[in-house]
Amino acid sequence: MEKWENNRAWFLVLPVFVIVAFSAIIPLMTVVNYSVQDIFGPGQRVFVGTEWFREVLADKRLHEALWRQFLFSGLVLLIEIPLGVGIALMMPKKGWAASASLVTIALPLLIPWNVIGTIWIIFTRPDIGLLGAAINGLGIAFDHTASPADAWITLMLMEVWHWTPLVALLAYAGLRAIPEAYFQAAKIDGASAWATFKYIQLPKMRGVLTIAVLLRFMDSFLIYAEPFVLTGGGPGNTTTFLSIYLVKVAVGQFDLGPAAAFSLIYFLIVLLFSWLFYQALQNVGKGEAS
Amino acid sequence: MTLRKRTIGLTIYFVLLMLPIYWMLNMSLRTNADILSALSLYPKDITFGNYMKIFTDKSWYSGYINSIIYVSINTVISLSVALPAAYAFSRYRFVGDGQIFFWLLTNRMAPAAVFLLPFFQLYSTFGLIDTHIAVALAHCLFNVPLAVWILEGFMSGVPKEIDETAYVDGYSFPRFFVTLFLPLIRSGVGVTAFFCFMFSWVELLFARTLTTTAAKPIAATMTRTVSAGGLDWGLLAAAGILTIVPGALVIWFVRNHMAKGFALGRV
Amino acid sequence: MAQIQLQEIAHSYRANPKSDADYALKRIHETWEDGGAYALLGPSGCGKTTLLNIISGLLTPSNGRVLYDGKDVTGLPPERRNIAQVFQFPVLYDTMTVFNNLAFPLRNRGENSAEINRRVHEVAEILDLTPFLKYKAAGLAADAKQKISLGRGLVRKDVAAILFDEPLTVIDPQLKWHLRRKLKEIHDQLKLTLIYVTHDQVEALTFADKVMVMYEGELVQVGTPQELFENPNHKFVGFFIGSPGMNFMPCTVEGNVAQVNGAHIMLDDKTASLAAGAKGGLELGIRPMHLQVHTREVPEGIATRVKSVEDQGSFKIVTLRLGEQTLKARIAEEDAVPDGQAWLTFPPQWTKLFADERLVS
Repeated sequence: MEKWENNRAWFLVLPVFVIVAFSAIIPLMTVVNYSVQDIFGPGQRVFVGTEWFREVLADKRLHEALWRQFLFSGLVLLIEIPLGVGIALMMPKKGWAASASLVTIALPLLIPWNVIGTIWIIFTRPDIGLLGAAINGLGIAFDHTASPADAWITLMLMEVWHWTPLVALLAYAGLRAIPEAYFQAAKIDGASAWATFKYIQLPKMRGVLTIAVLLRFMDSFLIYAEPFVLTGGGPGNTTTFLSIYLVKVAVGQFDLGPAAAFSLIYFLIVLLFSWLFYQALQNVGKGEAS
Repeated sequence: MTLRKRTIGLTIYFVLLMLPIYWMLNMSLRTNADILSALSLYPKDITFGNYMKIFTDKSWYSGYINSIIYVSINTVISLSVALPAAYAFSRYRFVGDGQIFFWLLTNRMAPAAVFLLPFFQLYSTFGLIDTHIAVALAHCLFNVPLAVWILEGFMSGVPKEIDETAYVDGYSFPRFFVTLFLPLIRSGVGVTAFFCFMFSWVELLFARTLTTTAAKPIAATMTRTVSAGGLDWGLLAAAGILTIVPGALVIWFVRNHMAKGFALGRV
Repeated sequence: MAQIQLQEIAHSYRANPKSDADYALKRIHETWEDGGAYALLGPSGCGKTTLLNIISGLLTPSNGRVLYDGKDVTGLPPERRNIAQVFQFPVLYDTMTVFNNLAFPLRNRGENSAEINRRVHEVAEILDLTPFLKYKAAGLAADAKQKISLGRGLVRKDVAAILFDEPLTVIDPQLKWHLRRKLKEIHDQLKLTLIYVTHDQVEALTFADKVMVMYEGELVQVGTPQELFENPNHKFVGFFIGSPGMNFMPCTVEGNVAQVNGAHIMLDDKTASLAAGAKGGLELGIRPMHLQVHTREVPEGIATRVKSVEDQGSFKIVTLRLGEQTLKARIAEEDAVPDGQAWLTFPPQWTKLFADERLVS
């Protein structure tokens, strides 16, 4: 859309800018500050430049955690986005059934994340949990405390169960915002259901899907409570994702320096990839030439 | 997709979705010993002990209220500041617009732990520790950018010609915004309100760090459920069930807005 | 192209309509001839979009039948009726080029690509869209987009009728005129049945051969623009058409003289004789441009006070007070402008009588 050029629009943005900057600037400055210093004790600091950054970046275990993190987030996006869109397409548009669907789908999102982890611990135990017993009942030896593959599967199940509704809700709202006239025109043009999806629904959901992809990427990349409660990062470090590793590092050391440097690097990785996703999604619609 | 296929597919999904929730309900009605001892599809020795503990313990009850208070404050603030900002991003070009828009989202890209200490110091300085407004404002850090992004997306789906026609017809900006524009983006406002509520409601770190007693939320009281014998499974499950209720109510209230589409006026 | 008939159509959006007020459309029984250009004119809420949707098949009427060339299509959905519809805002496939947008209906019907190519170029030529065929549809201006929407209807050879639902709503005022001209050209060239819904009388009167005025769910009058202007058979038609609309004054009739506030106005013989049998509240109606304004007293002239004079360029609108009544008169640019007092004469052939809002006839 051709926008109006007017710098006075800044006044509309000012409240948002003030509130967010107020919360963001100081912590950022603090972190940057700590990341370039070695703090021995109160009042005893030494400027060490990029030493912490180099140390953190050289850490092999960090690389492993990073790969695991990319794999996890990649799987999350690959599963949750299409699934969420599919569910939104299936949900009724109006009536009591629509209301019931909305409420049902929202339930997993409302449970505090540590509670989710604890419920799934029991749920997947073969001795006392429904899922665990069911799988073992089928003859598959399933134990997420012992087998890395099982741990990953359990984590993915929990994650998909928990967060797909977010994608579905966004997609649903986006679908409802499409004017009926587009569907009427498509009918008149004789378009099939698939063509209607491809040429009307999907393009018009670009906005909400961008948000869904970015949100899921960021939140899954930063994930902490749920996997930590369920597996503690194990067995071994097979499910030690990046923030679990960060906490281990920060707790293990008494120095704020490396942790701060790690946090900054963490932030920059998320920033880079979010930006890449954002650019890609903004340009997707503009691609088609004749 | 035919109606039958849709209904079957959706039903399967809903059943799978409700299983862990049912399990949570199951656990909430059993004692810890019972939970840990055997697999049971329904509570054989049903007990309301966990719920009673919650309802009678004052800090649980007040925790619930506290959470509702600061989450509501946060949702109202987030929506109020995000709506004009989203409109600006959607309709206007101005210095730094693209950068600010993306910068907003970057506030969700850092591990929350990074903000804990600075926030604590910041709010201490203003004497806001242990107030609802502190948590509400702290949550604005991640909710406001989200609200702006979602609302902007929906607003950009409304052609600018509608605004122009309204101004030509003599509408003032506030009247246009409230009577004409907002109804067109109802589903966006509904989903934004729900998400602000949800993310604030489940947030543990800031809520715990910035409060001590007066504004302590349920999230914090729930972490008191670790005892010498390990996790208090039943109590946590009961708390989990109870925390669903306010959010379910919120989405119930916005359901009509979420399901409403875009009707360009009718004749 | 097809002849479209609506037989005893009535529609209510409620499940169990009880009274007249529950019906959005009260009784429509009308025929649109093959190849005619029709306008459905009326204010917001009068039911014209409802009527259009019943014609197109997007809505199934509660009562009555819809016939295309004598065939009952009431139960058929739009895609089976072979109509095309242009909406209030451009409805296109944003991700496709202009060419692909126009080709889409043909591709869905399985036409071969040579035929598609030919038809698309033909239609693009008619609509002046040929230079844009390779561009993405989303990037064009609103008027071009509406042309594409129209084009998707024109590409189909067998289209029965093209329906327009206030299509110029989002078009820039300067471009509206161009588009209206283009629609008229297309009608003359292709002889399609076109049905155009609008609340703007200028659009309706310039576009259509026949205008159907709607008010509160009923077709109040059907006629050429001239007929509607000169012989409105309902107060609403008199009031809605014309700028400004017809003047109305409550009156009583004795013989062939109408009395308004003590003033005597002569009626012509035909009207006078019909007045005798008229029932209900009587009103005198005359159009502003038919009122003759005199700056000096004339025989049979009725004295009025001049309230204001607006200069509209090629004519002026004079607002006058006759006792409690306000009248508007339209005088030519070069006519003398009255000041303070003016005398009006009412030519009998343009002085109409209305009983209970309907023309006495």
